[in-house]
Amino acid sequence: MADSTEQLLDTPLASLHRELGGRMVPFAGYAMPVQYPAGIMQEHLHCRAAAALFDVSHMGQAELVGEGAAAALERVTPADVQILKPGRQKYGLLTMAEGGILDDFMVANMGDRLFLVVNASRKHVDLPYIESVLPAGVSLRPLPDRALIALQGPQAVAAIATLAPGIAALSFMGVGAFTIAGVPALVSRSGYTGEDGVEVSVPADQAEAFARALLALPGVAPAGLGARDSLRLEAGLCLYGNDIDETTSPVEATLTWTIGKRRRMEWNFPGAERVREELASGTTRLRVGIRPEGRQPARGHTPVHAPGGAAIGEVTSGGFGPSINGPVAMGYVARDHAADGTALDLMVRGKAVPARVAPMPFVPHRYAR
Amino acid sequence: MSETKFTKDHEWVRLDGGVATVGITDHAQTALGDVVFVDLPEVGREVAAGEAVAVVESVKAASDVYAPIAGRIVEVNGALADNPGAINAAPTSDGWFFRIEAADAEEVAALMDEAAYAAYVDSLA
Repeated sequence: MADSTEQLLDTPLASLHRELGGRMVPFAGYAMPVQYPAGIMQEHLHCRAAAALFDVSHMGQAELVGEGAAAALERVTPADVQILKPGRQKYGLLTMAEGGILDDFMVANMGDRLFLVVNASRKHVDLPYIESVLPAGVSLRPLPDRALIALQGPQAVAAIATLAPGIAALSFMGVGAFTIAGVPALVSRSGYTGEDGVEVSVPADQAEAFARALLALPGVAPAGLGARDSLRLEAGLCLYGNDIDETTSPVEATLTWTIGKRRRMEWNFPGAERVREELASGTTRLRVGIRPEGRQPARGHTPVHAPGGAAIGEVTSGGFGPSINGPVAMGYVARDHAADGTALDLMVRGKAVPARVAPMPFVPHRYAR
Repeated sequence: MSETKFTKDHEWVRLDGGVATVGITDHAQTALGDVVFVDLPEVGREVAAGEAVAVVESVKAASDVYAPIAGRIVEVNGALADNPGAINAAPTSDGWFFRIEAADAEEVAALMDEAAYAAYVDSLA
């Protein structure tokens, strides 16, 4: 393993992971379970069939408080935050002056404050960036003493609702405060798998007891980062650092839907100039779904060529989709090659693997709308 | 058939009448996780010892498989195309990868025996 000598951080569930036989790997500065003894394939399929518990405590949690917090946050995102009603959450992008994506994030309106979740690998750049635009009276409070636990799958909500029945009444992207197994918890009906489920923020010192209470529910099994990655890929969801980064724009990434209608009249977010130009004239490249023929996966950074021809792009995420029972990928291709069904060659270890542009998600989302 | 020998790249090798059958060890398949695809060498290819000749893909990652000895590939396990899971289920029997006609059978004798390989795996933990 090419680990750096840097000391890895532990999440509040570190000892539970080891007890469950988790294989720990470095991820974004943390020691995280990539899988448990069941293995990625079984953990993935279990999530699609029942309920899987993921530790995502490495992600950054923060609160934005004060009069005008939503308007303040709009200085760093094209999302319409002000329209977000209490008890609702949305997905958005933090954008940069040149139009690149600094990070993707979730924001929830908790009534008296906004609750934010950002990527582990980006929290050290996101939080100072947000802080730098805040007016007097609005403040950002990082929440390093909270754990984040995702319970995902068709049985997830029914399972956790046995401990807190009100959770079943949340709709997709609804949020609320609940007491679950004696633990004060902030619950959002959302996730990163394409399945119904919840993400739950709890105090770090009660996280292990909370996770054990969930694992004791019928149908719940632990799943690691490996399954999380294959699940989100089948669901067509972006991974920051792979599929979106400081060079990709929201339009290229086909995340234009995260830009609020009002924001597209105001054009007052970082990168608005590039986004406006790309919406008017089109981009040179676009993020697309890709289905390779056969069973051979094409991983990130695999060059994409026109059939028998020139390089036209690159795979940004790729692997084997256990629910598809075949390889799936996403990546950027030149606009002329981005239509569904377009034939591509993926250059895997120098050999062309035929593939086609395919609509995403590869596995239909099953959110509780 | 001779005793099974092992490499530091976690392949096993069994010599039978000058032809060596090669696969990956139980330790290797456990580390890789669920195998979903294998890219096997062409029959007839001349390979050098230590040359990457096959690729094994798990859900998570791709890994090279090396020729443990020099020689010529004389057979590959075509059944793995439809059933790559055999590598996880039976790594040292049904999950074999390829057979090499050894250029020099003595190369096999120089590899680790089972006890030496077990000690080597322990040293990695």
